[in-house]
Formats: sequence, structure tokens, C-alpha cells
Amino acid sequence: MTRSSGVKRLFAVAMLAGLLILPHLLQFHHQDLLIFLTINVLVVTSYRLVTLTGEWSLIHAVMMGVGGYTATLLFKQFELGMWFTLPLAGIVAAAIAALLCFPLFRMTQFYFLIGSFAAGEAIRLCWIQFVDPFGGTGGLSGVEPPLIGEIDFLEPVPYYYLTLAVVGLCLYVLYRIENSRIGLILHSVHWKAPLAESVGVDTWRYRALAFIVGSFFVGVAGGLKVHYLGTITPNQFGVGFMVFILIWVIVGGYNRFYGPIIGVIVLTLFDESIRSLEELRPAIYGAVLIASILFLPNGLESLVARIRQLLGKGAAPADTSFTDK
Amino acid sequence: MELLIQSIINGLIQGGFFALFAVGLVLIFGVMGVVNFAHGELVMIGAYTIWLVHAQHGLPYVPTLLLAILLVTGIGLLMERFLFRPNRNDPLAGLICSIGVLFILQVIATLVGGDGPSKQVPPPLEGTLVVLDFIRVPYQRLFGLGVSVLALLTLWYFLTRTRLGWALRAVALDREAAALQGININVISFIAIGVGAGLAGLAGGLMAPLTNINPHMGHNVIITAFIVTIVGGVGSLSGAVFAAVIYALFHTFITVYVGGTVATICGLVLMVLVLIVRPTGLMGMRVSE
Repeated sequence: MTRSSGVKRLFAVAMLAGLLILPHLLQFHHQDLLIFLTINVLVVTSYRLVTLTGEWSLIHAVMMGVGGYTATLLFKQFELGMWFTLPLAGIVAAAIAALLCFPLFRMTQFYFLIGSFAAGEAIRLCWIQFVDPFGGTGGLSGVEPPLIGEIDFLEPVPYYYLTLAVVGLCLYVLYRIENSRIGLILHSVHWKAPLAESVGVDTWRYRALAFIVGSFFVGVAGGLKVHYLGTITPNQFGVGFMVFILIWVIVGGYNRFYGPIIGVIVLTLFDESIRSLEELRPAIYGAVLIASILFLPNGLESLVARIRQLLGKGAAPADTSFTDK
Repeated sequence: MELLIQSIINGLIQGGFFALFAVGLVLIFGVMGVVNFAHGELVMIGAYTIWLVHAQHGLPYVPTLLLAILLVTGIGLLMERFLFRPNRNDPLAGLICSIGVLFILQVIATLVGGDGPSKQVPPPLEGTLVVLDFIRVPYQRLFGLGVSVLALLTLWYFLTRTRLGWALRAVALDREAAALQGININVISFIAIGVGAGLAGLAGGLMAPLTNINPHMGHNVIITAFIVTIVGGVGSLSGAVFAAVIYALFHTFITVYVGGTVATICGLVLMVLVLIVRPTGLMGMRVSE
């Protein structure tokens, strides 16, 4: 074992210990926030998988809603427990994504952006229109977290551990996907699509694959959220939330795996610190967004890379070979 | 029958407003390559200007309308100079910046008008035109339609009959080739966003007496503008006008006979269908890569 991998392991253990102790250091309100933050980490990381092929979709928030509504309906209609609703939430979201691939991936770039936005709004408006299963604008409520023996997951701390475990597992899978052969092909589809096609890569299939897998994981995130919150409404997954996903990913930076995660954590902390400003908050968000585009075009992750370089880690940013425009 | 004719007339008037802001969006996208997500908020600022200056402080309607156009044009020029120009080669960055502007403009509107119920502006033109006893069109709506048509005709004249208009269309077709011909891209971009934002301000000002004014009214505007733009063809101004009228009729009919939410769902589905069957839209050309 080399010295640097030893340091890495130590860092990983310290981080895990920190994540496990964290909820005990917080008040109730902040424990709540921690759970949503953990879920949002999965949202942005799964979004990054979709964007790996260079297509920015605006349907990701709605896909989370698809997972959430699936979990809700399965729980309420068939009394299925969370162990079934979570994977099924992902599977249904993935299935709908698979259906949408046929219209959506006939388009690229601007058209895809608008097309995915339209498809998402149409799905979301259906939740409002069809009151019978979906509950209309008021949504549905009465979803409960699981109960295992003595542990009551209605409490934030146990539910946080559950969320952490599920999200951790999903992040591991997403990380492995990105660093596998498939991940490399996804990068090649983004940066050199004609070249990739010339060596036999079916770019349509890989764009669709990234979209379906990303939707699966965000569907799981939707299930996690609804089981804790207990209620679901169409407006939770509107353009507003989609814009926040975009902001987290862009401010964090999307060239590395950890970029969006840094983005969502830093901005959630920032949001919490300006809570007292009430109605001014969106404007401050807007200003931060513009400032980060103008002054930090590669996101917060580029700061991390710079710090690592200054510390003499020598590990020059390995991923940037893909990002030379 | 009466309902049918009344719906057609209302749809046509609605179509005029749709065309005004959709054409602006197309112009900005065509020349600058940026999807201006804050376009709905520009319309909203136009409407707020009417509410604040005309309804609250009593300045007559027409000067306030000019003021609204000037104000929104100014916002557009600032956006171009400080946000879009530095990101000229990165359309995604431009899009994200416009989302930032969207948030800021919404907060400004909330600060100016408060977060209470939607605002109403009493129509400055009283009275209703009655034809054949059953067709009723308030003069305010007729005024809106007239001004929209006039503005669109002026734009058409500018784009097809003046050298500056030719230059603008040349930039939309191929920015680099236009630059090589000695066309100043920055000036043309200023004109495009100035005209686009000005039309949005005008649309907001004209709609103000006819609609509910609130900080979030831009949401429906941008959805409508996207649908109209896609259905008409992304690069095509005449397509946008044509699609605006068609879509307004379509939306009005479904709203009258079924309901507003269903109308929007149908519109979005229509848009996705157009994207599948004919991605260049009804009257669009192939957009250069």
C-alpha cells in the first residue's frame, strides 16, 4: 500500500465517521434538512450521469416525482412496504424514461432541452388534472416510513441512517458506472460523437441508457423523499426544483464526480445561512448563480482541484482530458 | 355558435400577444444562440410597470406603455452586455445566467408589489364593441390587437426592407460569415435583444389590463413562448407568428370547452409531436450546426 492510498483510506474512514456522528450534533430542524440534503445528493449525482452524454434534460425533477408518486400509490393502494416501493419507484421512473427516449432522443441540444421540458410539464400537469389517482394540486398524503422491530423510522436520526445507506449504495453504483467501460463510452459520446460512431458506438443507445439509469436513481430518491415527508404534491417537482438541480450542478461543477455533490452541500448550507432574509433569497441565489458562471466557470470543483495542486498532490486533474473543448 | 365566434375572436387577440413575446424569444435565440429563460419575466416587468406607474400613480396609459417598453429594453441591453456577451461561445452559460435574472426580477416584483393577491389594472379604455348583438369585444382588447399587429408589421418591415435588418438576419444565419462581411456582431446583438425585450415589455404592457399580474406570471408566458417557438420553427419569425395564432385558437377552444390545464397539456403534447415529426417546426429551416 502506497502512502497516498493510505491517506485516502484514512480520509474515507474519517468522512464516514463524520457522517454517522453528524445527526447527533444537530437540532431537530437541521436533522430534517440533513435528510433532504442526502436525498438531493443522489438527485444531482444521478443528473450528472444524464449530462455525461452532453444532453441537458429538464425532466429530471419530474422523474423524481414519478418515483415519488409510484411509491405513494404502491404504499396506499397495495400497502407495500418501503423495501418494495423504493426499487419499484426507480423501475417505474426508468420505464417511463425508456418510453420517452423514443421521442426525446430524436432531438439534441436546444431541441432536447425544450422537448424534455415539455414532456415533464405534460406529466406534471397530468398529476394536477387527474385527481382520482394522483390527488390533484393538493397531492396525496399518509405515506409512512417502515417499521423494523423496535426502530421507528419516523424519527429523523434512524431515517437519516437509512437514507445514508441507500444513497451511499446508489452513489457507489453510479461511481462504478462512470468509471467503467460504459462511462468512458458516455464521455466519448459527449465530446467526440462522430468519432465514437465511426468505431461502432450506437450513440442513440448510450444517450438513452444514461437517461434511463439516471431516471432510475432519481426515482429512488423520489421514493426516499416521500416516505419521510409523508406527502407529495405536483408542485414539489415543478420548474422551480428543476432549476435548483441545474444550479447545484453548475455551481458545483460537472466535470468531476464530486462537483455536483459539493455544489448541493455548499449551496444548501449557504441557503440555510441566509434563511433570515426571507423573500430576498431567490435574488441572492440568482446573483450567486450569475457570479459563479462569470467568475468560476468550472464550478467549485475547480477550486478543490487547485487546492489539491497547491498541496503538491501532483495529481493533475485527471478528468480534464475529456473536457478540452 | 355565439360561443364559437366569441372564442375565435378571443383566440385571435390572444394570438397577437403570444406572437409579440414569442417573436422576441426567436429573435434573441436566432441572433445570439441564447435561450432567454427570463423572457417571461420581461413580460411580467412590463405588466408591473403599468400597474405601478399607471394604476397606482396615475400617469396616462400610453406614456406608461412607452415607459414599460423602454425599461424592459434597458434590462435586455444590460443582460446582453454583462451576461450574454462574456458567454458568447457557451449557450448553456447564457441560459443559466438568464435563470439567475429570472430569480432577481421575480424578487424585485415581489418587493415592489408585495406578495399578496394578484394585481388588477382597470382597463384604461372603457366600453365594448358590439357587432350583431352577440359579438362583444372590449375596446381594450381591440387596442391590444391593433398595437400587436402594428408592432409585428413594423418588425417585418425592419427585417426585410432595411440594411440593418438584413445584417441582423445575416448574423442569425451564420455569425462568423456575417462578421467577415464587416457586420459588427455586438451591435447586432444589442439590436436583437433590444427589439426582443422591447416587444416583451410591450406585450406585458398590453396584457396588464386584461390579466392577473403577479411575480410568477412569467411561468405561463415562457411555456407558451416555447410551444409557439417550437411549433413555428425555431429560426423562423413568420413561423412564430403563424404558430402563435394557431396555438392561441387551439388553447382558447380547449380552455372554453374542456379546461385550462387540459389545454396546456394538449399544447405540450402537440409540441412534442411536432418535435418528433418535424423537428424544424412548421416553417423552420435547418438551423446551422
